[in-house]
Amino acid sequence: MRYFIQRLGFFVLSLMAAVSINFFLPRLMPGNPAEAMIARYQGRLSPMALHSLELQFGVTNQPIWQQFLSYLNNTFHGNFGLSITYYPVPVMNVIANSLPWTLGLAGTATVIATVAGVFLGVLAAWHRGGVIDSILPLVTTFTSSIPYQWMALLLLYVFGFTLGWFPTAHSYSTILMPAWNGPFIVNVLYHAILPAATLIITAIGGWLFGMRNNMINILGEDYVVFAEAKGVKDKRLMLTYAARNAMLPSLTGFGMALGFVVGGAVLVENIFSYPGVGYQLVAAVTNEDYPLMQGLFLIISFAVLLANFIVEMLYGRLDPRVRKGGANS
Amino acid sequence: MAEGNARLMTAVEKRKKFQGLKAFLSNGKARVGLIIFLFFVLMAIFAPVLAPYNPSDTNFAQLAAPSWRHWLGTTGNGEDVLSQFIWGSRTSLTVGMLAGLLTTTVAVLIGMYPGYRGGWIDNVLDTITSIFMVIPSMPLIIVIASYIHSSGPYVIVFVIGFTGWAGGARTLRSQTLTYRNRDFITAAKLSGASELGILLGEILPNMLSLIIHVLMGGIIGGIMSEAFLEFLGLGNSSVISWGTMMYWADAGGAMLMGAWWWLLPGGLAIAVVGMSMALMNYGIDQVTNPRLNTTAKEKVRKSSKSGGVEVVKP
Repeated sequence: MRYFIQRLGFFVLSLMAAVSINFFLPRLMPGNPAEAMIARYQGRLSPMALHSLELQFGVTNQPIWQQFLSYLNNTFHGNFGLSITYYPVPVMNVIANSLPWTLGLAGTATVIATVAGVFLGVLAAWHRGGVIDSILPLVTTFTSSIPYQWMALLLLYVFGFTLGWFPTAHSYSTILMPAWNGPFIVNVLYHAILPAATLIITAIGGWLFGMRNNMINILGEDYVVFAEAKGVKDKRLMLTYAARNAMLPSLTGFGMALGFVVGGAVLVENIFSYPGVGYQLVAAVTNEDYPLMQGLFLIISFAVLLANFIVEMLYGRLDPRVRKGGANS
Repeated sequence: MAEGNARLMTAVEKRKKFQGLKAFLSNGKARVGLIIFLFFVLMAIFAPVLAPYNPSDTNFAQLAAPSWRHWLGTTGNGEDVLSQFIWGSRTSLTVGMLAGLLTTTVAVLIGMYPGYRGGWIDNVLDTITSIFMVIPSMPLIIVIASYIHSSGPYVIVFVIGFTGWAGGARTLRSQTLTYRNRDFITAAKLSGASELGILLGEILPNMLSLIIHVLMGGIIGGIMSEAFLEFLGLGNSSVISWGTMMYWADAGGAMLMGAWWWLLPGGLAIAVVGMSMALMNYGIDQVTNPRLNTTAKEKVRKSSKSGGVEVVKP
């Protein structure tokens, strides 16, 4: 319980940090960039929209703490103002339309990369010195060093343009109407293969490496040696004795890994014109649509922090030492 | 007496450090990594001598495939890709190294010193570190870059320095904690060494390999982040770097015209530099985590297989 409260406290704290960064950044920048944006839109947006923009970015005479409070209140109610790119659509609607795509793409890719990477790491550590262990880490060392955009462009060029096996853009064929039926779902999956493959290929190496090294450490533990001496079957020794424990340290890196995947998703979505939050984020930045950009940054941070919190809860369940407060970091 | 003891301990630790360097160099993977990295560093230093043409010269045939005159072909604007590649290494590596140095410095300041001191400052800074570790850094970098207009490569260094230090700080802090109560630290304390003296003279040298680890992570992180921002058009696209090469190739429709020679070199170079860092890190892991070796030997003995794994000779 203490562990739960502690982690929940951290979740709320980190969320507050993200919210505060979002609020203070434009105000700290020399010559408040939002002010310039608002001045540019004079006459093009309705006076009311302009006024709310002014409130949002602190171009008022209100004291800063009052601004912060009303900003907190708006954020808490999911009121991020109106998007300028899609004026007068509320930012929240843009987010609601784009978030599911990213969650589906980045979420699935992360799960596949994690499971596959962990599994391959176990194999590499187990057959240490064998063919798998000498080839896999070398290959993945390279793949995990590849910039996302390069991998995405390469896959797009080879499998999209040259071979024509996969669609080159968007999340589904525009001739189809979005619906929960077989053809549409298949179409969506078909469109997701290349973007997801990019994320998986570049992310798998990190998991593999971490898992391999943890496994090797665990395989040196006395209890594993003892179990082996006792005559425990190889497969059981590998999976039940060693892999389960070796997986725990890998999980703690999940939060950071997720952060990287999100960064990758931003690039991948832009290259494949995939209508997720990363695509919208860059569009918002290019159009200087600060309300949309702020809303997207908050929602992305929220999703990552929440995923991290869930993993920590899982971790607490898996490792009683953490739950009981023995280990601290 | 205590001072002598401390000196003795430092001498021992120092010898260990040299052994570490030897072990690092005797590791095949680390050696390959170092050679690759030095190759690119030399390329960046001697760019003016090595580049066959002026990288901004647009007087060549557009989109020409690789030939003897243009080893890597030309761009859609008629620039020589090889020359851009060679000059690009300058910007990318400089940004990477500066960003790496900056993040490492911040990581040392925020991770090591409070970790050694302990107390409430440590608690506060450790919490801040945890927060920066989980807030997704790439979106944050985008947001910051969008507020700072016309962000050239050196502004990017500061943005990366602001966002990328947390992982390193965490690593360094936990390692510092393990040193805090070691005998040789106590000895140094008793001999009257100042806090800063102990930190810089006793703890820092022992953590050198870990700091290099963090530094290399920072360098490749910097190169990647620069390419990331440039690719999204948030940097300064008139600068020649591996990142802007990819940006222009993508924006110029290199893919539609099948100009792979324009599309591939920038990203490939980043991947190879990244790989060289990973290979060197691998060597450092072998030095700092001896278990990766001993178990290797045990395992090899057990299954009577050999080869494939570099084992550091003791």
